[in-house]
Amino acid sequence: MRFLINGQPVEVDVDMRTSLLDLLRDHLNLHGSKKGCNQGACGACTVLADGERILSCLALAVQYQGREITTIEGIAEDGQMHPLQRAFIEHDGFQCGYCTPGQICSAIGMAAEAKRGMPSHMTRDLGAEFITLDRHEVRERMSGNICRCGAYNGIVNAISEVFVEAE
Amino acid sequence: MSLKSAAMKLMQKAIEHAPDSMMPGGKPDPLITRKHGIVGAPVTRIDGPLKVKGAAPFAAEFEAEGLLYTAVAFSTIAKGRITSLDTSAAEKAPGVRLVMTHKNAPKLKPTPMFNTQPKAAGPSDLPIMQDDSIHWNGEPIAVVLADTQEQADYAKSLISATYKEEPAVIDFDAAMKNAHEPKTILGEPPTINEGDAEAALSAAPNLVDKTYTTPRHNHNPIELHGVTLFWEDGELYVHDSSQTVAQSAWTLAEVFGLDEKKVHIWSPYVGGGFGSKTLWQHHVLAAAASKMADRPVRLVLSREGVYRTVGGRTTTQQRVAIGADADGRFQSLIHTGVAAMTEHNDCPEQFTFPARHLYATKSFLIGQKVADMDMLANTFMRAPGESIGTFALESAIDELAEQIGIDPIELRARNEPESDPTTGKQFSSRNLIKAYRDGAERFGWNSRSAKPAARRDGEWLVGMGCATGTYPYYRMPGGKARLTVSKDGFVTAEFAAHEMGMGTATTQTQVVAERMGVAQQCVQINYGSSDLAGVFLAGGSSQSASIGASIHAAHTALVEQLIKLAGSKSPLHGLDADDVESRDGGLHTKKDPSHGESYAAILRRAGKDELSVEESAPPPMELQHWSMHSFSAIFAEVGVNTITCETRVRRLLGSFDCGRILNPKTATSQFRGGMIMGIGLALMEETIWDSRKGRIMNPSLAEYHVPVHMDVPEIDVMWTDIPDPHTPLGARGIGEIGITGVGAAIANAIYNACGKRIRELPITLDKLM
Repeated sequence: MRFLINGQPVEVDVDMRTSLLDLLRDHLNLHGSKKGCNQGACGACTVLADGERILSCLALAVQYQGREITTIEGIAEDGQMHPLQRAFIEHDGFQCGYCTPGQICSAIGMAAEAKRGMPSHMTRDLGAEFITLDRHEVRERMSGNICRCGAYNGIVNAISEVFVEAE
Repeated sequence: MSLKSAAMKLMQKAIEHAPDSMMPGGKPDPLITRKHGIVGAPVTRIDGPLKVKGAAPFAAEFEAEGLLYTAVAFSTIAKGRITSLDTSAAEKAPGVRLVMTHKNAPKLKPTPMFNTQPKAAGPSDLPIMQDDSIHWNGEPIAVVLADTQEQADYAKSLISATYKEEPAVIDFDAAMKNAHEPKTILGEPPTINEGDAEAALSAAPNLVDKTYTTPRHNHNPIELHGVTLFWEDGELYVHDSSQTVAQSAWTLAEVFGLDEKKVHIWSPYVGGGFGSKTLWQHHVLAAAASKMADRPVRLVLSREGVYRTVGGRTTTQQRVAIGADADGRFQSLIHTGVAAMTEHNDCPEQFTFPARHLYATKSFLIGQKVADMDMLANTFMRAPGESIGTFALESAIDELAEQIGIDPIELRARNEPESDPTTGKQFSSRNLIKAYRDGAERFGWNSRSAKPAARRDGEWLVGMGCATGTYPYYRMPGGKARLTVSKDGFVTAEFAAHEMGMGTATTQTQVVAERMGVAQQCVQINYGSSDLAGVFLAGGSSQSASIGASIHAAHTALVEQLIKLAGSKSPLHGLDADDVESRDGGLHTKKDPSHGESYAAILRRAGKDELSVEESAPPPMELQHWSMHSFSAIFAEVGVNTITCETRVRRLLGSFDCGRILNPKTATSQFRGGMIMGIGLALMEETIWDSRKGRIMNPSLAEYHVPVHMDVPEIDVMWTDIPDPHTPLGARGIGEIGITGVGAAIANAIYNACGKRIRELPITLDKLM
């Protein structure tokens, strides 16, 4: 099967039953995407497919051939950490660090959704062309990413610094 | 009384009455008074860059040549025997290398159970896959090894088992009828009876007497429990996710009949633990299967597998009764109840501990029993006992305050004890009422209406509540550290401790830098391996104190050796270790800081590249000499929806009295994390138990609800920062206290919001209808 992962073409022979997450972790040595439940409940496996956030544990690898997959290993820009990665460190947006890659990938995808005008339960104006994120929007939209250590305040602070315009 | 226990009692009395100066911590740690150092600074996590890049390697992420993947099959009955176990189809399935069951598993020695020996870590004393008997619903019955995870999972689905069921005790109500006193509750007496508490209760003009129930909980760290392990030349190497590396290594060595030095556990990164990342059956099964197959093995439990084979917090039924005079002074305090446990473990969920230390009262009745059930061994989960014990006790205090008609903070202040109410010992440091006053002011407590259902915001009823949290100070025996100073002035500290996100790597770098008087950049910490010095438990909020005392001891030994090594040409010549202190990269006399010599200069003159010492911390006798506890005042504001009856936490504040805070940044996160788990305990968390089958019915993160982003408001955290004069650096552990008190604060706020008093956790919307 042929994949495009973090800008690199990859050819690999895997079982048809392999999830995108297991492809990354068990076959491509990309361990940044994490397995927390393997059933789409925790968000630790979140990656970007053509810029949209998906749960890679619920995605069959075979269906993602030719799509542009970006994992935590691929979000740095020119060898520099993504601003959100730096903000997570500064705002102490993690403790054990296991859900962190999923939180960061999810937040990047979430910001793009808001920009496209995709509403959430917290959105007042459903017809808006794009959504201005505030802390409520961020919390609602990030609720699929569980952090059991409870770094939520730091995570929201980090995301707000990078993606929320000054209120 | 046996001779041994009489001798122990005598020893304990001697420690209690010994002069303070003879105790560890009797002479305050000199670093307590050193201000403006790096201890206490909000240093950013040193492992941050690795973690945000997803580059920190966790246990299931190590590669090995010829690695096999694992799937585990579980029993579907609670008690009985396996009558048939058909593995033939599984064995023939593609990629399968081994199917291990009780029929072919290697003979293993018994697992030494936690608390029975200094390094024992076994979850129970049950044999692991040694015969056809079943002890709980979900016990592993077969292990499949295959070339890929998909092959292992498929082959597992082909295994079929039949059983002969035996009568099992799986209903808590039935089990409680045979509840009995355990020998001890973690070394403390299960029962304390002072005065006639029942008579005093009946005679009191004000009284509450209520029953509270709490469900099972699961830790649910996001990293699944797993190992990557291999055997080489008769030695076992384990990449683990562990909060007990030294204890697990020793215990595995016992099970496999090896010298303990032949088991090596590495666990530098742990994806959350909360009490669950100890030793469980999957470690033994993976090691046994790897030995049989002669291949490296990765075993990662599925999320369901974690629920089936890694224990959680047990269920309890508690009675709290308080009798008070007209002024609110306690005449009687009763906290009794039952926790479910098994006959094969010793983890009694010490929910009566808070009542032993929080309030002055004329009479006491403390009594804690266990009810034996046929279930997976329960275990320690964040603040075992104190988390749910404070829910019951602090709910009752709130009920009593309303009845008497005084503010609940004032009621607590009136019953603040001078010394420990059950032991009579002096507190090492206790500033609970200050924590309350400070917290109340910041929270705006005086705007609360004492009358329930008095404040409305649209369709929401809004209320405030508060509660006390508390957790003991522990320092575990076995602490030891190695300190090495090199001729370029760098310092390495090594100890077999753990980093599960508490900030250990960062705060201990600060501690070593301060202790050695060097810059943070000159310190390297090595931890998370059983091959390193000492025995540490990342539990009981004990690790920082245990490491702190070990480094202190190693530092003292290192200073003595450095002075010796410095020789007659050194300005340090002729001085004692007591005359000097570590600062500015070397040793300097206390009287004249300009008089001294750098570590580098000492080593260079002696022609040495480095000097290294390993030293043990003194036994933790201070725990028997003083009453040592942390405290908190938790404030909650909730909204209860008048239409849906949902509860939302609108504001939460924790005001903590935990000694000196080593790193305000990581400490804030740890306090908040505990409080968020407290939100879960109050409102949503429950491991649902089928009393007909003894099976957990919601073994997944989809059906076991933990707080998510939207459940969590911005949480305010503050602390007294008053150092404890009797602990290393003046600090007490902070890992667990965050969860304590939160359940009651939220329950009390719900009552204040809508007038409904719920005494059964979790407080879900159906209970508020």
